Amino acid sequence: MALQLMTEKWPGEVAVVTIGATKEEKGTRSHTLKLGGEKSLPCLFREGALPHKTGIAFEIWDTAPLDWPDELTRGYKDVLSDPVRWAEKCVKDYKAQSLCLRLQGAHQDYGNKSPEEEAQLVKKLLKSVGVPLVILGCGDDAKDNLVLPACSEAAKGERCLIGPAAQDNYKTIVASVLADGHNIIAESPIDLNIAKQLNVLISDMGLALERIIMDPTIGALGYGLEYAYSIMERARLAALSGDKTLACPFICFVGQEAWRAKEAKAGTTEQGIIWEALTATALIQAGADLLVMRHPKAIEKVNKYIDNLYGR
Amino acid sequence: MFIIGELINGMYANIGKALKERDKAEIQKCALRQIESGADALDINCGPASKQPLVDMPWLVEVVQEVTDKPLCLDSSRPQVIEAGLKAAKNKTVINSVTADSEKLDIIIPLAKQYSAQLIGITISKKGIPQNRDQRLELAATIVSACVDKEFPVEDLYLDPIVLPVNVAQAQLKDILESIREFKIISEPSPKTTLGLSNVSQGTSARGLINRTFLTMAIAYGLDSAILDPTDKELMEALITAELVLNKNIYCGSYLEAYRKK
Repeated sequence: MALQLMTEKWPGEVAVVTIGATKEEKGTRSHTLKLGGEKSLPCLFREGALPHKTGIAFEIWDTAPLDWPDELTRGYKDVLSDPVRWAEKCVKDYKAQSLCLRLQGAHQDYGNKSPEEEAQLVKKLLKSVGVPLVILGCGDDAKDNLVLPACSEAAKGERCLIGPAAQDNYKTIVASVLADGHNIIAESPIDLNIAKQLNVLISDMGLALERIIMDPTIGALGYGLEYAYSIMERARLAALSGDKTLACPFICFVGQEAWRAKEAKAGTTEQGIIWEALTATALIQAGADLLVMRHPKAIEKVNKYIDNLYGR
Repeated sequence: MFIIGELINGMYANIGKALKERDKAEIQKCALRQIESGADALDINCGPASKQPLVDMPWLVEVVQEVTDKPLCLDSSRPQVIEAGLKAAKNKTVINSVTADSEKLDIIIPLAKQYSAQLIGITISKKGIPQNRDQRLELAATIVSACVDKEFPVEDLYLDPIVLPVNVAQAQLKDILESIREFKIISEPSPKTTLGLSNVSQGTSARGLINRTFLTMAIAYGLDSAILDPTDKELMEALITAELVLNKNIYCGSYLEAYRKK
């Protein structure tokens, strides 16, 4: 007798969020990135549809990062101080399918760039590369509330993913994203109750739940990865059980966390790459939909892993 | 919790009048008001005053499904009236109800199968209302075994222990709560449970409070569904909170609102 798999039937599903708008949709992106749509827990391909592969966005900065270890900067050496060339290198040399621009330079400790400068950069970047774009603030709420609206407007109609919006700072960003046709990143501090509350607050402002991507906040391998895993698992179980307020795809800032680990920075050659790749693959198993990563070699490894996983 | 709105019933003055005058708008308004308040399904009952339930039932069904595709719970003790409703229904349906008498089960279960309807079985028989837990369990088991015999999926069966008013049968209410738990272990897969909530407070002076207290307790005993007035805001909030306490939904500051977004 053939072995029969015991499969679960779920009443709910994760929303599909599309990043990037092509010419047909009045944008200028060469392609779009679809995330989410899961109808079962991660990797259970025989149980329910997992229609969209986990995406990876290359993280680039608007200013040369000062504290990135040599192993990480080696592949970007000649372009670190020029974000447009950095972006082009990711797309041309490393075949990036999407980019995540972190506007760290807007922070007063990192150059204090003005909203106008950042908006100009976003415009230039959108002209020079065709991939869908994620735009991140610098982490200072007051400054982000000036910079992100300017960048949102500069990218109007391109259906970017913009954030972060947090429980105590979401209104300005939501209003911009709503007006300019983008998606939003809703960030919560490894706290599912806050994640849910923030999604409710954002959708109360009129932004559809189908335009929210949740950042559950993660820790790298060895630094609380299992907390992130359990939060993501609980959220996904709720989503599949029919809770629409938690049925948003996840974005995970893998590069940022992995390269903070001392093992990644102080190890032998390639240990950082392995640290980043392993953190990423574990999060794919937790249900991550979009990974923001840094090292091209780590990204290459994880892309292979994803192709292998979804190719079965 | 599968919430069945109870307000479309000819017994209520506004519906009785609308039914008599064929006032579609009044019925549809009542249907939409219940759905906006959180009803997952709508009970449809012509009421005791209807002189021609065989005509009234399908008319109500058609009028209601013009404005919603939610399941309709066809409420009559007469199989012919239920069948008239089933014939008219395009929405999913629930038959409300069948008793534990074999002559009723023999007619209603095949009807439910034929029309792919779910079924509410009430633990009552020709002999009357059971007076204790054992009698109630016996009637429940009779209904479940009839479903199994006739190959009706038990997970589509809701068992209703029949709630009696607190001022009539106060001593029985605890037993009724226990029965909700007992019904679940009659078979695997388990039958579901439901109850007509408002009956518990019939003729009392604090109806809302008694309704929501009893519902909260019944939910803790594992109740899957209830026939109730979803426009009773305090009742619905008690229901949502009870489910929250039982970890059926994830807490957030606006959990009442979050529930309504589901």
